[in-house]
Amino acid sequence: MLEFVVRRLTTLAATLAVAALIVFLVMEVLPGDPAEVMLGLNAQPDTLAALRAQMGLDRPAPERFVSWVLAFLSGDLGISYTYDVPVSELIGERMVVTLPLALMAILFSTLIALPSGVLSAMFRGRPADTIIMGIAQLGVAVPNFWFAILLILLFAVTLGWTSAGGFPGFEDGILPALGALLLPAIALALPQAAILARVTRSSVIDVLGEDYIRTARAKGLPGGTVLWRHAVRNALAAPLTIMGLQFSFLLAGTVIIENVFYLPGLGRLIFQAIAQRDLIVVKDIVVLLVAIVITVNFIVDILYAWADPRLRNGGGNV
Amino acid sequence: MKTKLFAAAFLAAGLGMSGQVAAKDTLTLGIGLEPPHLDPTGGAAAAIDEVVYQNVFEGLTRIGPDGAVLPGLAKSWTVSDDGLTYSFKLRDGVRFHDGTAFDSADVLFSIGRAMAEDSTNAQKGLFEPIAKIEAPDAATVTITLKRPTGHFLFNLGWGDVVMVAPESADTNKTKPVGTGPFTFDRWSKGAEIRLKRNDAYWGAAAKLSKVSFKVMPDAASSAAALMSGDIDVFPNFGAPELLEQFRADPRFEVVVGTTEGETILSMNNTSKALSDIRVRRAIAHAIDRQAIIDGAMFGSGTPIGSHFAPHHPAYVDLTGMYPHDMAKAKALLAEAGYASGLKLRLTLPPPSYARRGGEVIAAQLAAVGIEAEIIPVEWAQWLKQVFKTTDYDLTIVSHTEPFDIGIYARDSYYFNYKSERFNQIYADLTEAVDPAKRKALIGEAQKVLAEDSVNGFLFELAQNGVWKKGIKGLWANRPIQANDVTAAYWE
Repeated sequence: MLEFVVRRLTTLAATLAVAALIVFLVMEVLPGDPAEVMLGLNAQPDTLAALRAQMGLDRPAPERFVSWVLAFLSGDLGISYTYDVPVSELIGERMVVTLPLALMAILFSTLIALPSGVLSAMFRGRPADTIIMGIAQLGVAVPNFWFAILLILLFAVTLGWTSAGGFPGFEDGILPALGALLLPAIALALPQAAILARVTRSSVIDVLGEDYIRTARAKGLPGGTVLWRHAVRNALAAPLTIMGLQFSFLLAGTVIIENVFYLPGLGRLIFQAIAQRDLIVVKDIVVLLVAIVITVNFIVDILYAWADPRLRNGGGNV
Repeated sequence: MKTKLFAAAFLAAGLGMSGQVAAKDTLTLGIGLEPPHLDPTGGAAAAIDEVVYQNVFEGLTRIGPDGAVLPGLAKSWTVSDDGLTYSFKLRDGVRFHDGTAFDSADVLFSIGRAMAEDSTNAQKGLFEPIAKIEAPDAATVTITLKRPTGHFLFNLGWGDVVMVAPESADTNKTKPVGTGPFTFDRWSKGAEIRLKRNDAYWGAAAKLSKVSFKVMPDAASSAAALMSGDIDVFPNFGAPELLEQFRADPRFEVVVGTTEGETILSMNNTSKALSDIRVRRAIAHAIDRQAIIDGAMFGSGTPIGSHFAPHHPAYVDLTGMYPHDMAKAKALLAEAGYASGLKLRLTLPPPSYARRGGEVIAAQLAAVGIEAEIIPVEWAQWLKQVFKTTDYDLTIVSHTEPFDIGIYARDSYYFNYKSERFNQIYADLTEAVDPAKRKALIGEAQKVLAEDSVNGFLFELAQNGVWKKGIKGLWANRPIQANDVTAAYWE
């Protein structure tokens, strides 16, 4: 087991290093100079040079790469070119929007998908199944930004129940802040819920066909007990795997949803930072996201290996 | 069943947070781009000025809603007969928001800082004519110029020339401290910037107690925010196609004003084909301005025939110099040796006027035998490729700085235009102080640019404001980048 963990940790570190290098190189190659973006059309050459020197952009690329990586490892994410504040502060501010948003979206999608997937499996082939799967089909097909605009038109413009977007911040209380995340979370959750419901349905249907279910029924257990205690529990593995994968999709989805609802989250930040060539912010966030995703994968790997000893030896391709 | 319950819960939660309608003395404005920071002396982004200019920071002079130069922190001034020495009398009792007093030492500091070697002022060129600046006493500042500069007082009214204090200059980016009628309150990054009334203001106090600027990058969400009452005013609404909807809505008025944005089809005057004036003139004849305004801007915008704003008193209408005439365009192309066709790159930055206008222009050029290959780029890339290294043939961009005809006199500006005749006129103009002479020279400058067909002159960008009914005292026009709310009030 220990050997397995060490092996996986080495892979993890190597992946991060490669990601950091790629992101640095891409931002180097990308045409565009942060100083030019900041100073605009009328900037004079000496002003540009002064700003570049101030931002440390006049040093050679390898030197900048090494100092960035060393600072990153020591926890210093640097100062944003455009905002002129520490990047860690920016990320912290944005995380308090994006993290609750992603968690709410996962919560909603689970709460919608698992029951409807199970129901659908229970009533396989009957009208309830057809209706639920029809809606799920629609959910997969509808792009979330368009669904988001429909939500705004209905709840904010026509009914006037919510604001059309924006984020009041947690300073004025938790409820208004979470309230502002409600529509965006629903918009993010629905397509995910649709996928999850379909996976849940087929997984439950598979399990319902297993011999031990027939045995349980033959023992005379009531239908509900068979379904919930024996079938659903064993069928959860597949939807749980999908949920793990969906987390990274959610992070990507926030870029779009945060723009539609003008939420000041991480997705908006990286979107703006790329346009403004705030290189340091882009590099930090990308590496951070890569780190989050591979750490989640790492934990999942470890859990699988724990549960299934066969994986510990051949381990690389989980 | 469960899903139904959750739906009910969403609806219930929604009821608790209905959109806030502003009370009588507060105002919420929508802006399309978030300022990167809030120091107008340290960046070119128009979004900075759109929040803080006049509201938080003030200069020696200020620009009025009609573009006139008005007294600002200088209550009066005299100019010597040779036009070289300006003597400013400063207002008494002015204090910065942190309580420090404003006097001539702050003027020396602010201008000195902008002119310094390590200055990062985006408009450092505005200060270039200054030879020396002195403060004979605390309430007087004397500026001596290297040469007479006709629009010097106007230049002092730019956002980049506002007065800052040595105590707070370094932190203005995140905590702006000025002398204006509003103080900075809070900035929720990515969402909203709040200002509140400065009760210790030296002049007439603002009527609004709180002003909030909400960042709305997306046109559809901006429209929704206006209709749901989240914002009261969108001073410069980005989606002209949605204006009809607001015109029809009795809760709003659509206020179409002028801007300083000359929208042009810039041409690289040194690229192979475009260095030939016949080709440039052929393009001018091929362009149908009204079709571009209708097709790309849904009818808002005023045609221009040179690089000058139509609402300016010295404007000369040159839109008739190259009438839309496809036969003429084809003949000129044939004469230049491109009878069998010509291929040009059309590099388009992100704004919708450029992307949409580019489609229309490409079609118009195709009709006379010029194949324009559309290359969409983002801003940073545009700055590098088009503006800096001039690796382009055609591009579309709006030049939004006020009175910027002088860019044609610059060496190696991205049009790569060089004309001794124009340079002479512009040099005479900079030194001319007599209004009649200035007007004549400005007219001549416009004519030279049109005759040389330097660029395709398209239209003056309109400012399409969507205002909730009842708000008064806002600027309809945009003589300078600003959303001056100092005189705004609700009726």
